[in-house]
Amino acid sequence: MDKIVIENLSVRYSDGTESLKNINLKIPEQSITALIGPAGGGKSTLLRVLNRLNDLADVVEMSGRVLLNGRNIYDPDANVIELRRKMGIVFSRPVPLPLTIYQNVSYGLEVAGIRSKSRLDDAVEKALRLAALWDEVHDRLNDPAIAISGGQQQRLCLARALALEPEVILLDEPTSALDPVSTARIENLLQDLKEQYTIIIVPHSIQQAARVADWVAFFLQGELVEYAARDRMFLSPKDRRTQEYIEGRYG
Amino acid sequence: MTGGWLRKTLSPKRVQTIGFNALRLVSLLTVLPILAVVVYIVVRGLPVISWEFLTQVPRNGMREGGIMPAIVGTFFLTLGTALFSVPLGIAAGIYIAEYATENRWTRLIRLAIINLAGIPSVVYGLFGLGLFVVFLNLGTSMLAASLTLSIMTLPVIISTTEEALRSVPSSFRLVSVSLGATRWQTTWRIVLPQALPGILTGVILGLERAAGETAPIMFTGAAFFLPQLPHSPLDATMALPYHIFVISTQVPGMPIQIQYGTVLVLLVFVLGMNLVATVIRSRARARRQW
Repeated sequence: MDKIVIENLSVRYSDGTESLKNINLKIPEQSITALIGPAGGGKSTLLRVLNRLNDLADVVEMSGRVLLNGRNIYDPDANVIELRRKMGIVFSRPVPLPLTIYQNVSYGLEVAGIRSKSRLDDAVEKALRLAALWDEVHDRLNDPAIAISGGQQQRLCLARALALEPEVILLDEPTSALDPVSTARIENLLQDLKEQYTIIIVPHSIQQAARVADWVAFFLQGELVEYAARDRMFLSPKDRRTQEYIEGRYG
Repeated sequence: MTGGWLRKTLSPKRVQTIGFNALRLVSLLTVLPILAVVVYIVVRGLPVISWEFLTQVPRNGMREGGIMPAIVGTFFLTLGTALFSVPLGIAAGIYIAEYATENRWTRLIRLAIINLAGIPSVVYGLFGLGLFVVFLNLGTSMLAASLTLSIMTLPVIISTTEEALRSVPSSFRLVSVSLGATRWQTTWRIVLPQALPGILTGVILGLERAAGETAPIMFTGAAFFLPQLPHSPLDATMALPYHIFVISTQVPGMPIQIQYGTVLVLLVFVLGMNLVATVIRSRARARRQW
């Protein structure tokens, strides 16, 4: 079933950068979809359109529809806060909030109004276990989050998104600042998580897309050039530009 | 070429040594006057400081006795100024830094704030006289003086608050919002705590200036001679800066030690606030996570 349906989506910023041109895309649930392409192609913009973080940016023009579970998230009466809880995002650089490890994970729940200590405790433990971080930090939950390693911080960022029990997880080059071991841990984690979640990732390399994705969408200068299942995409791309990009001729 | 001669006689390393030493000398020169002032005031003023000087009212046309009403008055005026200017200034700073969108209107507001900070304090004094003492009929009172000092302090508090908030990395805001927080929750839970030390420093520096000012209070709330404590905010009060002005220029036959003693007390008051600000800032810097 399609979790997200994007119809005729166009976005333009006031400074003319990173726009999207008439995107049509259907993202199936419980799978990993990778958005690939050279920098400036609109991949990050698309992620930020999906959870409406783009509302904070300087968008001049936006048209088209984005349906989550069949409902347009840009309806005037759509609940943005609710949407962001359903669409967790992890950024390329781990940014722990200036709080403790525990508070980083409980933050989203607390701003949602959950006060019960036992509920928060349970949710924090569950999220940290899902992100494969519990064993490493369970005895120092009250340490500042900045004190753990970069790889751990990125899993903390994942845990803090998971704590809200989202339906979709957006990952914007989540391993670009990590070493190979931490990268492998996160990639393995994604394979476990896709049983429950719909995952959209902007991989930091084409190899990563080949390793983790079920579906691959190729973006070039704001256009969706080609979208297909991974093997079809990598073995027999239909568009010449896709083929050239995958072969490493540009990008 | 003029540089050619220098290059021939001096090696680059030697030029650097000379340059560094010149800079060292100049920085020493800037510290010297401040040190000289403080040392001179302490040496001349310290002999007159006593328990009696700090706790008694002035006697014999202020030529004898203590300066207690002026100390208490300055304390209350500073407190009153804080009461008005701190909440207002911080709120305005939050609005400008976190909520207002960048446009012609906010640029105008910012320009106004910067210019307000440059207005001479005597102008604030006359403005306070017109608005609070006369028009609002508050009379010459601590309330009117505090309000006048507040207006003078506001620009400092607003701009330091804004600056402190802007120095908090915007990635924190993005993360907080992405986790379903509203803009207010983001400001209150994440941004404000991180900016607090900077804000407090600005607040203290602003209040410190208010505590030491003479011109804004001389028309609005400071009394020439009032050997008792004010009973209500609508009473006038003695205050250290104005008292110094009075005993230095208006009282014939004034013992000079009393003047130095009073200046020393004001200096301790103001430098003490400065010290608190410095401690807050250095502690926060040690604890900062970004």
